[in-house]
Amino acid sequence: MAEIVLDKVTKRYPDGALAVSDMDITIADGEFIILVGPSGCGKSTTLNMIAGLEDITEGELRIDGQRVNERAPKDRDIAMVFQSYALYPHMSVRENMAFPLRLAHVDKATVTRKVEEAARVLDLTQHLDRKPGNLSGGQRQRVAMGRAIVRDPKAFLMDEPLSNLDAKLRVQMRTSVAKLQRRLGTTTVYVTHDQTEAMTLGDRVVVMRGGLVQQIGSPQSLYDQPANLFVAGFIGSPSMNFLPATLADGSLRTSLGTFPLTDRVRTLAEAASAPRDVIVGLRPEHFEDAALLDQTERARGGVFTAPVEVLESMGSDKYAYFTVEGASAAELDELAAETGAADLADAGSQLVTRLSAASEARLGQDLEIWFDPDKLHLFDPHNGRTLTYVK
Amino acid sequence: MSESTVESPARGKRVLSEGKKAERRLGLWLCAPAAIVMIAVTGYPVIYSIWLSLQRYDLRFPGQREFVGLTNYITVLSNSYWWTAFGVTALITVISVAVELVLGMALALVMHRTLVARGLIRTVALIPYGIVTVVAAYSWRYAWDDNTGYLAQLFAPGEAPLTHRASALSIIILAEVWKTVPFMALLLMAGLALVPEDLLKAASMDGASGWQRFTKVILPVMKPAILVALLFRTLDAFRIFDNIFVLTSGAQETGSVSMQTYNNLIRGLNLGVGSTMSVLIFIAVAIIAFVFVKVFGAAAPGNDGGKR
Repeated sequence: MAEIVLDKVTKRYPDGALAVSDMDITIADGEFIILVGPSGCGKSTTLNMIAGLEDITEGELRIDGQRVNERAPKDRDIAMVFQSYALYPHMSVRENMAFPLRLAHVDKATVTRKVEEAARVLDLTQHLDRKPGNLSGGQRQRVAMGRAIVRDPKAFLMDEPLSNLDAKLRVQMRTSVAKLQRRLGTTTVYVTHDQTEAMTLGDRVVVMRGGLVQQIGSPQSLYDQPANLFVAGFIGSPSMNFLPATLADGSLRTSLGTFPLTDRVRTLAEAASAPRDVIVGLRPEHFEDAALLDQTERARGGVFTAPVEVLESMGSDKYAYFTVEGASAAELDELAAETGAADLADAGSQLVTRLSAASEARLGQDLEIWFDPDKLHLFDPHNGRTLTYVK
Repeated sequence: MSESTVESPARGKRVLSEGKKAERRLGLWLCAPAAIVMIAVTGYPVIYSIWLSLQRYDLRFPGQREFVGLTNYITVLSNSYWWTAFGVTALITVISVAVELVLGMALALVMHRTLVARGLIRTVALIPYGIVTVVAAYSWRYAWDDNTGYLAQLFAPGEAPLTHRASALSIIILAEVWKTVPFMALLLMAGLALVPEDLLKAASMDGASGWQRFTKVILPVMKPAILVALLFRTLDAFRIFDNIFVLTSGAQETGSVSMQTYNNLIRGLNLGVGSTMSVLIFIAVAIIAFVFVKVFGAAAPGNDGGKR
């Protein structure tokens, strides 16, 4: 077990492309940390640098206080789980799991004991003598985990280990990975592009984009206090709604109407010396069907009317989609393209709202929608930074 | 495919639908032209030479032609020249294929790993394979000639290496190796490409050194490709003819079984004995192929589980 420190770590490829830039993270002993971001953001490169599979161009990587930049992967005492599982096809499950121990010249009895112990934990005992080719996806994934845990390494690195599983199995394995990590208490760095995995698994989440760290924090803090438009749009499902708006005389003018700012938001915006043009961010769950609210609640928030375009009933609640007229900011288009929501960003911007199941919204009919103005986020449209950050 | 797996195995193929049957018939019809051509150009000569091998048939004495059964086989198999040639052939085959495997693997690894000038290196490596064997054999012969040969002067001044049995055999093997290492390397490189990069990364994470990654991961995973390469090369090497023909003409007991066959069949005009020898070569080659496919092939990964 170990503390891993990335000190201004940079990766530049020979062709000059910058994959990771000035990355600073201290991963505490026993911590479960998630690197998350869209493809090409540098998260896998970072993991490979920690593993030693890729060279570090600049900066220093320390494991337990020792500089390991120049050490070969095998001398770092780190285990890795690959997206493809990378099981040796010519070896049985038992041999696969014993491989790292045999290379370390561990005596036979210990190897057998450790492999059987790991197999028991991962529920693989009856499959020990089978070849990986005859196992299901979930079983292979567990063998890959088993190969990592048998040798009690200083840290686990996991590169999208659940991406090749079907949706249901992925959720199951997610919980077992979390349980396993807590039980073993081994420092773990986990790479994923799936924000749900990031939110549910980690102690801390590192959001990356274009080789740069966007924000580091606990899942809840990323959700509540996104540092910029990218984090705000990336974390949360369905994602946050963004609307261009102008700030004037303590009120907010949007294409939905003009609404007064609450004291909390105004204080924060003033402290950040917000410009006139801003982007408003509102999470789907901060909307509600106005008909379901009492007068005082209703008066506290903003209300607008729009026709329901799409209505999805999830049982526990309903998602209603609206199209909002008005130009969207360039930053928003870029964001939509990167988060893969490009198909949604046609003509006007789309608004997703989560209403309670009791709502009587009808497809195609006008609906009065209420939102909580105290929960809104404001962002600078030029650099995307938040204007409503609570210190 | 999927339909036949749904059917119960007990009823087997009997329950094919009309459509399936028609499809099979069409398949057979489509194969037929190729199958007929194959039988005409390979089947007929094979059967004809087996027929010839059962006869006393010498073109110098055509009148004495008669059916003699297995007499020719007894003649050949009890003859020391045949067994000398067989020993030479086996020696050349084993040594040259072994050396080719090692060098070919090294070359394949270099070609697979190289990052710069990849195309140039691959092209250069393939040059020997692109040169006509007889032409290359002549250049080897001149190089080892006791008067003009630069290699002979370099390694054995004042001697004629091609006239001593051991050195001549070494030169034949050298010429064979030089010619076919690129072919071996190409086949092995195709096998190397089948080893997933992740597997090697995983092995380094598991603590394997470069040599351990090679012996414990790369070699076992590419074993099927290695076996195919070895099979091709062994069959090819066993039929060695052109290099020997040019370099020594089989002098000093350096002739292979193919040389013996040529001497009897074409030079000696003895169709009976010559055909017997070619049938024996055919049988030897068939045994080699059988051993590779059934003995080694059955143990290859990918064949045992079926899916990988």
